[in-house]
Amino acid sequence: MFKNKRNLLAAGVLLLIIVATITASLWLKFPPTHIDPEARLLSPSGKNWFGTDHFGRDIFGLTIVAARVTLFVGVVVALLSTVLGTITGLIAGYYKKAEFIIMRIIDGMLAFPALLLALALVAALGGNVTNIIIALTFAFWPVMTRIVRSAVLQVNNIQYIEAAKTTGTGDLVILFRYILPNVLSPIIVQGTFIFAKAILAEAALSFLGVGIDPSTPTWGTMLQESQVYITIAPWFSIFPGVAIVITVLALNMLGDGLRDAFDPHKKNQKKSTKKLFRNRKQKYA
Amino acid sequence: MLEVKNLKVHLDTASGIVKAVDGVSFHVKAGETVGIVGESGSGKSVLAHSLMQLNPVPPATYPQGEIIFENRNLLDLKEKELRKIRGNEIAMIFQDPMSSLNPVFKIGNQLMEAIRTHQSMSRQNAEEKALELLKDVGIPDPKSRLNDYPHQFSGGMRQRVLIAIALACQPKLLIADEPTTALDVTIQAQILELMKDIQKKYGTAIIIITHDLGVVAQLADRVLVMYSGRIVEEGITGDIFYHTSMPYTWSLLRSLPRLDSDIHQRLKSIQGQPPNLVDPPKGCNFSPRCPFVTEQCLEVDPSLVDRGNGHRAACILSESEYEERKHEIQDIEREGVEQ
Repeated sequence: MFKNKRNLLAAGVLLLIIVATITASLWLKFPPTHIDPEARLLSPSGKNWFGTDHFGRDIFGLTIVAARVTLFVGVVVALLSTVLGTITGLIAGYYKKAEFIIMRIIDGMLAFPALLLALALVAALGGNVTNIIIALTFAFWPVMTRIVRSAVLQVNNIQYIEAAKTTGTGDLVILFRYILPNVLSPIIVQGTFIFAKAILAEAALSFLGVGIDPSTPTWGTMLQESQVYITIAPWFSIFPGVAIVITVLALNMLGDGLRDAFDPHKKNQKKSTKKLFRNRKQKYA
Repeated sequence: MLEVKNLKVHLDTASGIVKAVDGVSFHVKAGETVGIVGESGSGKSVLAHSLMQLNPVPPATYPQGEIIFENRNLLDLKEKELRKIRGNEIAMIFQDPMSSLNPVFKIGNQLMEAIRTHQSMSRQNAEEKALELLKDVGIPDPKSRLNDYPHQFSGGMRQRVLIAIALACQPKLLIADEPTTALDVTIQAQILELMKDIQKKYGTAIIIITHDLGVVAQLADRVLVMYSGRIVEEGITGDIFYHTSMPYTWSLLRSLPRLDSDIHQRLKSIQGQPPNLVDPPKGCNFSPRCPFVTEQCLEVDPSLVDRGNGHRAACILSESEYEERKHEIQDIEREGVEQ
């Protein structure tokens, strides 16, 4: 899949962000929490690439470090909603009786706008990283269940499922070896989209002030703190905002790339042509 | 080996109960090939699926009958016990080879899985067995083909792979549900030839379901003709083709194009539509379309009557009455052509 330049770019950008944020403490000139009242709200310069904030902290360093919490929330929400959504979706798609119960609950949850549901949950539970993750997972997994279920319903009608049953294959094997691999591509695409959506939602919640405690730097909390200074120090808002845009864009591009890569009809095609060609060469050599 | 007694399969649909299989009895002996023919909607596929209990429940219900396979009634078995029979003792191949293989796994894996579902065997032994099976069904270069995905096979080759999977556990009975319908004619002939060879080698009994009378003539020892969920004629293949004694079978055979017929002559299709199985007609189910129809046919529902030599037919006309009527119809038609 990395032969495609778009995929390579997306994966490269994400990798760069992840590596930068993990190794930040090794190479950052200023610890991002270093407060310097003399250097408040300085514009970008050779010393402070992204400028400084209202406490005189280096925004470049803050943006890099803030990615830790932001990405962590995104990854965990994406994984949890994918796992929950896949399991419930598989069950709902395969077992007719369970379908009714599961899908009515899911429909009920989908009736709320995702962000509003998350907002209400965080407001009730209190704003910290764990609660944000719980709230966002709750808001995003119903969509996954719906997508998985509809994919399962399609695959379930294809003859190889019936053929598997005629060879005496059990339900669990059919679910996980016959159905799951064939519905994997929508799951993966939706998973990366949920990752991207979770980053946006976390920023939105923090911006609204119900999210993560402002003392923990995330892109969302930075945006929230910066809004007061947007006219006198626009760089304070712009750089975390750009970071969100780039990450979300890269994730969406990667999602599309993964979808192509997981399509079994595209896989192995090149290899087999090569093999055919080699065989021919041997034959006529 | 297999004996079906008065089997009924009903489908519970929104418009009422469809009597898809309505009191069918037949038997299959070990190593025998039995053909089931009939037009679309005659219940052939539902019958085949019910032998392995693969009709989705609901809508399917089994209100009556027995399916005795090796002294067990399959209708009484639990799902778990059925799984041990499926693939192991009774195997099935399907109409559409293009969609009967899991597209995400290699052929070799799928074959080995079929083997290892019922037999405890190391991966290596299973792979050897898989190779042997692919060789048996005539796939060239089986070793490298094991690592190919289904989409790299043609339709005929996939059907061969499916036959190999069906044979994996050397079943006693192979149900072939229109195995050649989706293939072109030359490949059809090859697959039928293969099924004959396989039967010789493995001694498997075969039930072949088709609407293609040519396939049946080539392969089957005995033929069951189905119409509206019932068997209307049963007998050895030669008798069915040359000593037809039931108007439906006669009409069906007559509707085939023949090499020796006049090219200007129209094919003699059967008039009308198959009956509505929710509310079948009174009397004989075929009576609304039957060229032989008498007043009695609209009242009496005929049962299968033995005509000797294991030949049974569901028609109230006696053999002589039937022959007489047949000649009358042919005479009328000849006059029509001459005019």
